[in-house]
Amino acid sequence: MNDKLYKILLFVATLTMPIVCGGVMYALVTDAYDAFEHFGFFKFLTSSDWNYTDGSEQYGALPFITGTLMTTLLALIFCIPFSLPVALFVGEYFNGTKIAAILSTVTDLLAGIPSIIYGLWGFYTLRPLIMAFDISPQGSGILTASLVLAIMIVPYAASLSAEFIKMVPNDLKEGAYSLGATHAEVIRKIVFPVAGSGIFSSYILAIGRALGETMTVTMLIGNTNNIPDSITSTGNSMASIIANQFGEADDLRLSSLIAIGLALFLITAIINMIGKIMIKRARIA
Amino acid sequence: MKKIFQSIMTLVIAFATVACGGNSNNENRKPQELSGAGATFPLPFYNVVFEEYSKTNGDAIAYGGIGSGGGVRNLRDKIVDFAGSDAFLSDKEMAEMAPVIHIPTCMGAVVLAYNIDGVKELKLSGEVIADIFSGKIKMWNDERLTALNPGVNLPEASIIPVYRSDGSGTTFVFTDYLTKISTAWSSTYGAGKSVNFPIGQAAKGNPGVASVIQQTPNTIGYVGSEYAFAQNIPYASIQNQRGEFVLPSSKSISAAASGEIPADTRCSITNSDAIGAYPISTFTWMVIYKEQNYSDRTKEQATATLDLLQYILSDETQAITSEVHYAPLPKKAKELSLKNLKTVTYDGITILQ
Repeated sequence: MNDKLYKILLFVATLTMPIVCGGVMYALVTDAYDAFEHFGFFKFLTSSDWNYTDGSEQYGALPFITGTLMTTLLALIFCIPFSLPVALFVGEYFNGTKIAAILSTVTDLLAGIPSIIYGLWGFYTLRPLIMAFDISPQGSGILTASLVLAIMIVPYAASLSAEFIKMVPNDLKEGAYSLGATHAEVIRKIVFPVAGSGIFSSYILAIGRALGETMTVTMLIGNTNNIPDSITSTGNSMASIIANQFGEADDLRLSSLIAIGLALFLITAIINMIGKIMIKRARIA
Repeated sequence: MKKIFQSIMTLVIAFATVACGGNSNNENRKPQELSGAGATFPLPFYNVVFEEYSKTNGDAIAYGGIGSGGGVRNLRDKIVDFAGSDAFLSDKEMAEMAPVIHIPTCMGAVVLAYNIDGVKELKLSGEVIADIFSGKIKMWNDERLTALNPGVNLPEASIIPVYRSDGSGTTFVFTDYLTKISTAWSSTYGAGKSVNFPIGQAAKGNPGVASVIQQTPNTIGYVGSEYAFAQNIPYASIQNQRGEFVLPSSKSISAAASGEIPADTRCSITNSDAIGAYPISTFTWMVIYKEQNYSDRTKEQATATLDLLQYILSDETQAITSEVHYAPLPKKAKELSLKNLKTVTYDGITILQ
């Protein structure tokens, strides 16, 4: 009897998640339908107009898709030189030592800091620095947002990569050492090829985190509705345009914002899926 | 700490009075719960007024600062007793719903806040503001700016305009003014709660714009007066239609409404031609249905709504406005509004005698 109850409870709890996810999906599709119907699916995604004027309203998602992809890609590039050394330090060079444990805890702590704090730090500390170095006159922009995003995703990339580096079989490494390989050669020739797809997947998951980041980006990106023409210019990401304009939007604009939300949902889902598949492959190999 | 304790105590007292029906000076009806939603611009004023009103009248009022657009939408869906809006409803919006009346509750303004090293006073004219925000005037030492500001050492630096990234009544009032001043602005950008500014950067809400300005040299941006006054940000004096350079203040904002006002009070008072008027001033309104019997509302609720509006229009309440960084309504607007309140009906019968 008790066993049966337990089973039912578990079943209900497990079923809730797919239902919630399906509900979110359903709500997004129905509310975004107006925008897709009015502008056409591909035209909405490829148009760069974002025009509020009554009567000639024109909404297109391209500036925001560009903004999201630019910030995410830059964040990924900036994050590699910080996260990969941490992963090697924790997973290979000092694996199992106290200092590695401390370092990985500190890195993981970064993941627990609320994004508003990163936003404030970026706004009050990093932005003046960008202005002081004359990188851009207004301080805000794609570059500033990407730099802070990079720090935010370091723990995601680093701790998962470290796990995969630790999983590299010892006999392989010892074999290489016995052939006279240096530590650096072992990392290049053994650790990276073996843990490669695992490390790759950890970066994919980090990207998933950067794609949807809202608060920090809204505070730092400059919030202009244009396609950014350089990395120092201002722009808007998919998440930040929704955060900015959801409050006062109605009718077609509201539907367009929800359509952007749907597109972001899909992009994030696809990227996470790729990451999961890669992890699976890495574990099997 | 003492402040927190005090506000908790006032809250407790307010609830207590509501709970026991308390010292309602309206003996012939029970205390009601009213709900409204809309503009965030008058929120600090409303918070003070509603608390005072609850204390004296027993009715409890809940107001959600969800933006003017959202407030009007809620009123259209008939789920609130009143909507707060910074922009009056257009004829088209009015045609889409049952007859409503607009009651102005207080006045505010949009100020041009700036951050230029060493500059403490800045004079601007409407045309210059329009050209700065459309990117035609690019440098602080542009000759049109130096001509307006003799003796002020304006730097040779690019101007960075800052504007609102979210839809806002503040943007509407500001662009409404520019539309009246400049034909080029009106044909290219127009007026609205969201406008595609060609240059500069944007931030969310008055606090967002104000902090970007405070943190970034050579910026200029528009901020709601209620926020700018409370924060002590430097702001520019602006040339009005009479050629006077006027700093925003309770007095100069009220002066902007001293001219003619239409009977339904739906009018924009930007670019006012009154003496001493600050040119980017505005009313903020509460909008209610003329026929109060909707969505199962009782007559007592309708009466409470009118009591609240009369309370806001009273001299005592209007006197609070400048304490919380707004400006009082001019006499004319009050008289018109009290007259308009008398046309409100329940089941076709007027409520106020």
